[in-house]
Parts: sequence; C-alpha cells; structure tokens
Amino acid sequence: MRAAAVCLALWVGLALSPALHAATITLLNVSYDPTRELYDDYNKAFAAYWKAKTGDTVIVNQSHGGSGKQARSVIDGLQADVVTLALAYDIDALSTQGKLIPANWQTRLPDNSTPYTSTIVFLVRKGNPKKIHDWGDLVRPGIEVITPSPKTSGGARWNYLAAWAWALKQPGGSAATAEAFVKKLYMNVPILDAGARGATVTFVERGIGDVLLAWENEAFLAVKELGPDKFDIVAPSLSILAEPPVSIVDTVVDKRGTRRVAEEYLKYLYSPAGQEIVAKHFYRPRDPEVAARYAKQFPTLTLVTIDNTFGGWAKAQAAHFADGGSFDRIYGQ
Amino acid sequence: MANSRTPLIPGFGLTLGYTMVYLSLVVLIPLSATFIRSFDLGVGHFWTVVTAPRVVASLRLSFGAAWLAACVNALFGLIIAWVLVRYSFPGRRLIDAMVDLPFALPTAVAGIALTALYTPNGWLGRLLLPLGIRVAFKPLGVVVALIFIGLPFVVRTLQPVLEELDQDVEQAAATLGASEWQTFSRVILPALWPALLTGFALAFARAVGEYGSVIFIAGNMPMRSEIAPLLIITKLEQYDYAGATAIAVVMLVLSFALMLGINALQGWAFGRHGAR
Repeated sequence: MRAAAVCLALWVGLALSPALHAATITLLNVSYDPTRELYDDYNKAFAAYWKAKTGDTVIVNQSHGGSGKQARSVIDGLQADVVTLALAYDIDALSTQGKLIPANWQTRLPDNSTPYTSTIVFLVRKGNPKKIHDWGDLVRPGIEVITPSPKTSGGARWNYLAAWAWALKQPGGSAATAEAFVKKLYMNVPILDAGARGATVTFVERGIGDVLLAWENEAFLAVKELGPDKFDIVAPSLSILAEPPVSIVDTVVDKRGTRRVAEEYLKYLYSPAGQEIVAKHFYRPRDPEVAARYAKQFPTLTLVTIDNTFGGWAKAQAAHFADGGSFDRIYGQ
Repeated sequence: MANSRTPLIPGFGLTLGYTMVYLSLVVLIPLSATFIRSFDLGVGHFWTVVTAPRVVASLRLSFGAAWLAACVNALFGLIIAWVLVRYSFPGRRLIDAMVDLPFALPTAVAGIALTALYTPNGWLGRLLLPLGIRVAFKPLGVVVALIFIGLPFVVRTLQPVLEELDQDVEQAAATLGASEWQTFSRVILPALWPALLTGFALAFARAVGEYGSVIFIAGNMPMRSEIAPLLIITKLEQYDYAGATAIAVVMLVLSFALMLGINALQGWAFGRHGAR
C-alpha cells in the first residue's frame, strides 16, 4: 500500500516537475532475512541522494529470504541487479555455479565488499538465570542451546564457526579439541530449526532453551521489539566477525543497463550517510567515525575473521558443512 | 464394467492426444528432468548418496510417518464421513466445511500452529508432558502434522460413495438376519473399500512429500526427526543439485511403487466386490 502511494506520489511529482529528462530506474536488491528493515530505510535515503545528484528517480525493490535460497533464485534466473547476502560463500556460488559475476568480485569494493559487519552473541532469558557468560558455559549439562542447522542456515554457520574459533583459542586448543567442544555443544541443542528466524521463534515465542545463538543485529532487534524486560544480550569473550558481503550481478546490470546506478547503490553504503543507517539498524559500521559515534551501542569483544582462522569460506564450507564434514561427524556419520 | 462398445461421444483420438500432451507437460517432463539431473552422479555415487545412513533414516521416517498418518486418517476419516453423511445435527454444515481447512491453510501456518500447541509449554503439550508424551520436536510430531494435512482426502473421497450407498440394502441385510456387525463388515465395508483405498493413497502421497508443516514441528535432529524433503533442501543449500535430485528420485520411485501396489489392491477390491 505504502509502496503504491509512494509510486503514485513520485509519478505525480514527475508529471508536475519541470525536469524533462528525468528517468525512472528500478533496481532489484536480493537480500537475506534480517536486512529487511535496514534496506527499507537505506533505499529511501539512496533514492533521495540519487535524485539530488542526477535528477533520476530510482525505485529499489527488495527480495528477502534464506541466503542460500536467494542465491539459488538468482542463479536460476531471478533478475537481481545487486545481491546483499549473509555470507561470501553464497555470492561465490553466483560465480562458480552461474558464471554471473567474475571470481574476484569480493575485491571490487573496500573491506572485502562488506560495508557492514556483525557478530554472533548470546540472547538469554532476563537476568541470565543460568549464568551463561561465555562459550564454555554452553556445554554445561542441562543447558539448552538454540541454534538452527548450519546445513540449511547461513547464520548458523557463523554460530558454528564462532564456537569452533573460541575452542581453538583456548589453551591447548587444536582442531580435535575444537571438534570435541562443538560436538558437546550440539548435544545440548534440542531442536535444529531450518532457518535463523525459525530458531528465534523457538526461543522467543515457544520459550524453549536457555540461550539463543544469534546475529548481534537480530539480538538487538529482538530485545527492542519484544521488550528489554524479557531478554538480555550476553557478549562472549571471543566471537567471529560476520561479514555479509554485497555485489552487483554483472550479467543482469549489463543486460538492463543499470550498472552505473547499481554500483553507486552499493558504494553509497560506505558513505557516512549510509554507514549511519547501517549503525542505526545494529550492524557494525566500517567507517571509523561513525563506528566511534556508535561505540557504546556495541559490546567490545575479540573478533576473529573467517579468512585468518578458517582460510576463507570455500575451505570452511568443505571442512565443516559439506557432506562428511565436521558437522556430519558430530551426528555420527 | 469394461465397455468395449463404440462410445456415445466420439473423439477418442483427440482426447487421448490431449491427455498425453497435458500429462507430458505437467507431469512427465518435470519428472524426467529430475531423473536426468540425478544421472550426473553416476551409478556408484548415486548409490552412496541414497544409502547414506542419514538419508535412509530420513526416508524411513518420511514414509513410515506418512503410512501411519494415512492409516489413522483412514479410520477416523471413515468415522467423520459416516457421521456427516448419515446424521443430521445442528452445526453439521460447519463441521463439514471445517474438514477442508487443512486444504486451504498454508502448510507453514498449520505447522506453526501445531508446534505452538504441542510444545512442552503449549496448550496440549503441557497436558501431555506429565504423561511422558512429547509430540513437538519428536517423530510423533511429524505424524501429527501429517494426520492434519491428510484428513480431508479420506473424508472427501468417502463422502460421495457413502451418500450413494442405498440404505435399503442395509435394511435388506437386517431382514435377512444379519447382525449389525455383519451388515457393516459384509455389506457396507466392501462397497467402501475402493474409495477408502483412494483416500488412503491420496493422504499418504500428500504426506510423503510434505515439507512446510512438518519442518516446524519435527525438530529436525539428524537420524531421528529429519524428513527426506529436508535433506533435499540441505543438499540444495550446498548447491549439490545432483545429490538433491538423487534423493528425489528415490522418493519418486518408492512412491510410485506404493501407488501401483495400492492401485492393484484397489482393482482387486473393486473386482471382487463390484461396487456397482
């Protein structure tokens, strides 16, 4: 409804405006689930910026869903001008499976093509009755941990790797101790939801479990939406720097002639105005100035990266989540 | 029954041609695409994929739970259809309409509603917990969801047959000295068998492939409460299209074999009792 009203207003505005050559451009941004609110805001800001700069009207349509499913839709022909997904592995697939973008896509924009980051934190019941403060507490007997299946959920892969990284960094930590730790942790997981939102519902609505492993921005959102009197956010001593990257889809923008505006759409995410919006939606901004302004919002914790600790997504995927990987071994295969 | 005389309405060639084209477009071509895609794997790899313990466990759960749910639905669907056809009572139309709800409801909504009901803190789950029965996030939850989505198939296939069943026949049986049980088992039930089997088969087939409602209530624990369609999705998440279609092919072949068996059984029931 609102979109229709905006469209109508824009059309009326266009009809009345003296600008004769102003064009209307549409873009499709295919994204994952928790970015819905972020891009609602950002699209408005970008449309205003683009209008002021070029006089053209840009309308950005959004598609949200599980990150892997979204990538498959684009490979199968969904005409996305830009993709903003949960992990690089899913955008890699656009290159390896679909030949839609060049293999070096992640070097085309600053910071690994990741204009914002997040991390994995714990959401616990108000007052933290089970005294959960760090990863080590999750394997205590009687603690129920809620996390979706890393086989089907991009977010859950970040959870899994964060737990693994913590165990690896403990005194005497090795791949073997990390696997044993993660195995023990998953023995405390009573339900494996298929997606991140499903897991959040299980924890928040069904009241199951003592701790939810969640994206930091999702955790903040849950606390904000459902009331700070119900949940607390606990930051573990160490977690993983979750980098949800962005890219234009070359074959689509070249066919539709939208390359320039699509590139600008992503670049504007890095501008102070874009970073401000990002931070408001509880993603960690890259820009040091904006980050400093929002520093109080985000807990300080040691963050490891997928590249340094796991050698990049392709390796992590093969070692842990592919058939016969460490996650399958946990469940005795 | 078999009618070999010239049919009244001509056009056999046209309609058969239409049937073949339509079936090909809607059913055969998509299915053969699935088969062909699974050939990417090669026989050896195909076998490894479909005999992996986790895949076998999920197939057992999917087919077992669907079978169990269809059995429950056959029994209770029969009772519901009987009550709706044979008795007139206030609210009958309302109940009649309610039978179709599982058809109309998006399956995900059904799954979420059932999960909310049967979790340990849900309305029903709370009552069942002291009895040591846990439904949500256990294989039993899968069966419950499948019963829910399969019910209309049995009721709706039985209703028209029951409506056409002549009550005079039952009275005749009674006057000939048949007990109530004899009337039911030797007069009514034989006439119902074919429709009951159809309803069972439909409910079963629907349940085997069900994803949306089950996924929320199953808990999805590997080897225990993971359904086969979820494993297909899992493979797709890894961009393993061939592996995903391999499982799909096994499900197709199994379903087809079972359907064929049920059809044969139906033919036998039909031939033996000659419903009409």
